[in-house]
Amino acid sequence: MSIRRNVASQIYASVLVNSIYAMLNYPVVLISTLLAPLSMLAVVTFASHGRLLAVAAEGALIMNMVMSGTSLQGDLSHLKNDMRVQDMVVSSPTSAGVYITGMALSELVYSLPTISLLIILNALFVKSTIIGWVFVFLDMSTIFVFSISLGFLLSTFSSDIIQSWAFSGILSPILTTLPPVYYPISYIPFPYRYLTYLSPTTYSAEIAQSATGFINLGTNGFIESWLILVAVTLVITYLALKRSRWREV
Amino acid sequence: MDISSIQLAKTYEGKYTALSGINLEISMNGIYSIIGKNGAGKTTLVRILSTQLLPTSGSATLNGYDIITQPYKVREQIAAVPQEARPAPWLTPIQTVSSYLMWRGYTHTEARSIAKEALRSMDLAEVENVKNRKLSGGQKRKLMVATVIASEASVIFLDEPTTGLDYISRKELWGILDKLKRDRLIILTTHYLEEAEKLGDLICILDHGKIMDNGTISDLRKRIKHPYVLKVYSSTTNLKIEDGSVSRVSPDEYFVYGNQKTIYELIPTLIETKTRFTVEEVSLGNIFEKLVGGEDEY
Repeated sequence: MSIRRNVASQIYASVLVNSIYAMLNYPVVLISTLLAPLSMLAVVTFASHGRLLAVAAEGALIMNMVMSGTSLQGDLSHLKNDMRVQDMVVSSPTSAGVYITGMALSELVYSLPTISLLIILNALFVKSTIIGWVFVFLDMSTIFVFSISLGFLLSTFSSDIIQSWAFSGILSPILTTLPPVYYPISYIPFPYRYLTYLSPTTYSAEIAQSATGFINLGTNGFIESWLILVAVTLVITYLALKRSRWREV
Repeated sequence: MDISSIQLAKTYEGKYTALSGINLEISMNGIYSIIGKNGAGKTTLVRILSTQLLPTSGSATLNGYDIITQPYKVREQIAAVPQEARPAPWLTPIQTVSSYLMWRGYTHTEARSIAKEALRSMDLAEVENVKNRKLSGGQKRKLMVATVIASEASVIFLDEPTTGLDYISRKELWGILDKLKRDRLIILTTHYLEEAEKLGDLICILDHGKIMDNGTISDLRKRIKHPYVLKVYSSTTNLKIEDGSVSRVSPDEYFVYGNQKTIYELIPTLIETKTRFTVEEVSLGNIFEKLVGGEDEY
């Protein structure tokens, strides 16, 4: 029997399994996804007596995109190692690219309540031009592609939950704790500031903060940050597509 | 449906040889049972043929498509349930089956309707909306099988689908597989020799990554030296056996393995001495022991 295979369905299947069904069957996950980025936003806002609310709200959007990759790594490892779902998908007409696209979208769907709330906060407190918002959107998209690619790459190398936790433990400080996402980079004293440049999230945060007028990078600095962020994203995406183990060797 | 392989081999990390020189020629609808001890290479073989794992050397085709160079063509024809696969606990059975069908390219509506029918045929309709974590072990295994049989795949790989199930649940699954095999090729690995014998239209015995024998149960019997077993219920062993072997299984029971002539020659003595006995063809378990030299669960 031959069937007309629908790629949109293959993508939708990943979204259903990894986010929609999880949210429908366990509504409590909605609360946990909301709390994670908002708690940091609250801490920074209270500690700065409200001065950093706008920059922190913008940072929370970036952080949400970055955390998608960390979550994806864990989710993919869980489905691959604990339930062998990925092996079943490998032996099906779904390709690696389609599977990962669906899983990446599922992370976005999972955090839709958070994103919606953050967009409202940004609309209320961040004053920017349309061009500025376009840059923020492009910046968020790029860091999302980076984090998703990195998450997929690492998940294909993890063989059990302990390894997956270890990867999350490494990713978390590099991508989310170290970079100055919730506050301007100028708050970090030298020489520690150099350390933050080890993380692609720092460039993403700089681009967003510069596009909306929180810091002034200058034209060269703005272009430099973009070049580094795009280059790192391209390299990681290339590695994820080429080096990841869809079929094991 | 056909699968063939030439000198298929797999070595892990350049050291451990899991498969060596596997030559297969399967062309049928029905169940092809693969048996072997732990580490014999059953799972490795299934993972290679179902395109989850690359072989180190050799080649194989499935319905004419090369498993190494044309994996996407092969994947349109197959469905597989890996050895330790289990349904995601946060999903329900209907969600589990329909999402798998969507990964195969069915639309959401088609997938839901086919999934409902598959669950009904597996006696899982009553629990189709219950969370998977609440299902019994048997229901979970049946659900995994339902997931792949709901698909249009012509070749299905089931890696130890009945491991851990009680006898009744296993028999239920046997009935389902027996119906399913009519228009598909099912590659089934199992530890249960009784299961392989009952279900397998062809049986393959693997040991240390090599095929020890391969064929119908009758073919396997024909190729061994002593295809009959005389079960004698007596505490004394006083039969004169020229071509055969004797194995005492309990203080009051011993088995004589031999060919038809040897066994028939012994029967008059047993009748004379009024000793109780039965004559049977050797089981797959006996053949397995002879070929592999070890015990397995059966």
